[in-house]
Amino acid sequence: MYKIYLEHVSYIYGQGTPFEKKALDDVSLGIREGCMTGIIGHTGSGKSTMMQLLNGLATPTEGRVLLDGYDINSRPEDLLEEWKRLPEYKNLSKGAAKKAIKREVLRRKRELCFRVGLVMQYPEYQLFEETVFKDIAYGPQNMGLSEEEISKRVREAARFTGIEEELLDKSPFDLSGGQKRRVALAGVIAMRPEVLVLDEPAAGLDPRGRDYIFEGISHYQKTTGSTVLIVSHSMEDMARYCDDMVVMAEGEAKLHGSCKEVFSKVSTLSEVGLDIPQITQLMTLLRKKGLAVAEDIYTVEDAVLALRKLLQKGKGES
Amino acid sequence: MKGVAFGQYYPAESPMHRLDPRAKVVMAILYIICTFLCKNLTGFLVLTLSAAFLVVISHIPLKLVLRSLKPILIIIAFTSIINIFMSRGEVLLTPESWRIKIYAEGLWNALFMVLRITVLIIGTGIFLTYTTTPIALTDALEYLLSPLKKLKVPVHDFAMMMTIALRFIPTLTEETEKIMNAQKARGADFTTGSLIKRVKALIPILVPLFVSAFNRAFDLASAMECRCYHGGEGRTRLNVLRYRTVDFLAMAAVVVFGVGLLLLNRYGFGYTLS
Amino acid sequence: MSDIYIHTKDLCFSYTDADGKIEHPALNGISVDIREGEYVAVLGHNGSGKSTFAKLLNLILEPTSGTLIIGGVELTGRELSDEEVLQLRKNVGMVFQNPDNQLVATIVEEDVAFGPENLGVPMPELRRRVDDSLSAVNMLDYAHHEPHRLSGGQKQRIAIAGVIAMMPKCIIFDESTAMLDPSGRREVLETIQMLNKQHGITVLNITHYMNEAAMADRIIVINDGKLLLDGTPDEIFTKRELLQSVGLEVPQCAALIHELRTAGIDVEGTCISNVESCAEIIAEYYAKTNLHREEQDV
Repeated sequence: MYKIYLEHVSYIYGQGTPFEKKALDDVSLGIREGCMTGIIGHTGSGKSTMMQLLNGLATPTEGRVLLDGYDINSRPEDLLEEWKRLPEYKNLSKGAAKKAIKREVLRRKRELCFRVGLVMQYPEYQLFEETVFKDIAYGPQNMGLSEEEISKRVREAARFTGIEEELLDKSPFDLSGGQKRRVALAGVIAMRPEVLVLDEPAAGLDPRGRDYIFEGISHYQKTTGSTVLIVSHSMEDMARYCDDMVVMAEGEAKLHGSCKEVFSKVSTLSEVGLDIPQITQLMTLLRKKGLAVAEDIYTVEDAVLALRKLLQKGKGES
Repeated sequence: MKGVAFGQYYPAESPMHRLDPRAKVVMAILYIICTFLCKNLTGFLVLTLSAAFLVVISHIPLKLVLRSLKPILIIIAFTSIINIFMSRGEVLLTPESWRIKIYAEGLWNALFMVLRITVLIIGTGIFLTYTTTPIALTDALEYLLSPLKKLKVPVHDFAMMMTIALRFIPTLTEETEKIMNAQKARGADFTTGSLIKRVKALIPILVPLFVSAFNRAFDLASAMECRCYHGGEGRTRLNVLRYRTVDFLAMAAVVVFGVGLLLLNRYGFGYTLS
Repeated sequence: MSDIYIHTKDLCFSYTDADGKIEHPALNGISVDIREGEYVAVLGHNGSGKSTFAKLLNLILEPTSGTLIIGGVELTGRELSDEEVLQLRKNVGMVFQNPDNQLVATIVEEDVAFGPENLGVPMPELRRRVDDSLSAVNMLDYAHHEPHRLSGGQKQRIAIAGVIAMMPKCIIFDESTAMLDPSGRREVLETIQMLNKQHGITVLNITHYMNEAAMADRIIVINDGKLLLDGTPDEIFTKRELLQSVGLEVPQCAALIHELRTAGIDVEGTCISNVESCAEIIAEYYAKTNLHREEQDV
């Protein structure tokens, strides 16, 4: 069962203006539930657009985005059809019905934001409260939860992202860059979204900061069984943390499958101009030199295993 | 960039676009004076025609020009009503049920006033905002005001501030949109609720925006220092403004136009303002 | 060997709080020599003091103690005149992290002209410098564009052009690629390489990307405000555990070689900073063991 399904989705920016640009072109794609999926592509490949479609910040020009099988964008026309069948509808005037429908569409849109959590690029820019605690609580507050529940969720989110208890009363503006990033992440996690979508979560961080962030995400995903989508340029990071991968280029999903499958199609990858992990490049070179190593090696650990077998075999038999 | 007020500049290749921005500032001032020189019907007819002429030679679509009048419609309406009722003279009509009398002078005054304001707005718009980029305008003002430097007025600093503001408007507009999206994704609601609730909903946008603007300002200051910025003293310029003959001719034309209007005041005909 | 361009001895810097009390030492006795025309990568995790180091070399921050000599001029232990500071900043240019926050003008060529304008470069020369700088970074076609419509990599190249228009001897890149996508990063790194190799400009690239540091002639690792390591990329990358302990990691290939050696496969060779030479090393080892086996089979 797919958690999210994109059904012939197209998206056009500035339709009808001279700046019209097709960002997504008839994309059909299923995201497996409870998995971490990496969406890779260079700038302008349509990956960021896709992300905004998932939580309703943008609406597809054509096609549907399905969450658990239901279209996430309720069109007013469809709602009207639905409502016409209800007995209460007859008591409403046309104007009142229109208003009510508008409200309902907005309400559903907000509801969707809580189910599909979106962490934007450089999310530390969104911090605004006096204390870390209050900032993380902003999302749960908007959900209308009780004080008690909010406090519980804030602490839970802080634990997932490795924010120490004593930081909660500090001003978010006094933290280091990596800590700010984690607070912003916690702010979304505190809404307990079923789907967590992240845009370049580790951009600009040093290796340690990057590891903290990815561990936090992975911890949340494993504990809650939620579905995670990560948009990134870095194939090395995606190879390390993701189960599945989607390669986007020119508004299309060029490759989709498990990391192993995707990495075995290295030739396609270089066509779309992506940075291939060093280790995969090395393996390709070694194959050219006549060493029998597999095509789908993309982590250092796998490479060590493969080479050990190959290099020690020679030794062992000698 | 969407609908930022500064963005009124209309890119086109017209004789007006090619004029030196300083000449255009001078012409705009002269033209404003001209609108106040008119006294009689002939004068106002010529003035209106001159505005039409400006629109034509600057290749600005009439629709765009008329749209710029929309915000001042209320002012126009207000002044005309005041003029209609406050003037005294020959009684034109007295509607029976009304207590007020309408005079012919009142109508003329109102008509002239409306023409004057309209031409003023169109004229300055054409000389300045429509055909001159904000940055060229800043440059022009710096040049024209540079004599004030002798009086220790920090003309260069003002111009630099203006340039930087113009440079960062699109950046900050984009940033605002990003922050709004981020807060929307956390369930922020900007559209429903009472006024107070809506104003409160802006805090999560304004705080990050200010923080980021300050950070940017700080970064920019370091970057400028690194590139040896030390005020306007001893600076040279890549693009120096140079007057061409056509600039002088254009300015002279406006002066001649003004003199013409003065002559019309004496020799023209039609209703004359007292 | 060429002359030493930057010399620091026991260079220290501490941030002070509002009352003038020393709050926390950011740099704690750095002594290095950087030669003219060298390409040096400065590595360290966020908050290690590497950016502070850069800001001292440009006199944006003033050293608390220690000696700093750049281009033969001693810059510490005395009041500097405004002239001297300008001269130094002209010679040591700096490119920052956020491309949006360092462009001043609304038109590309005017931004590039900003530095030389400040230096009072007169006109025909000024125009020549702007055009030369823009063509050096391959952006001449964009001279009349608005910077905010360009991509991150392009903006950063404009910033570089703005620095080279001042004709500096040395350029410091303060995490200039951190906010760019891979293609933008490649553009900027190629430009850096070109400036160093073709124009002989001394380069200090401050970064935490190991793959980027591998391109330098020499790597300096800073941790807790102190100099931790100093050597060629090949030398530095053999110190995997030490780097890891200070929150850095070596490139994947170097890690692989390291792992193989730990597993008892003694691949030979010291050149482990790029993919090609690593492949070479492994293939050679493979050929040798295979040959050995075939000999035995015979």
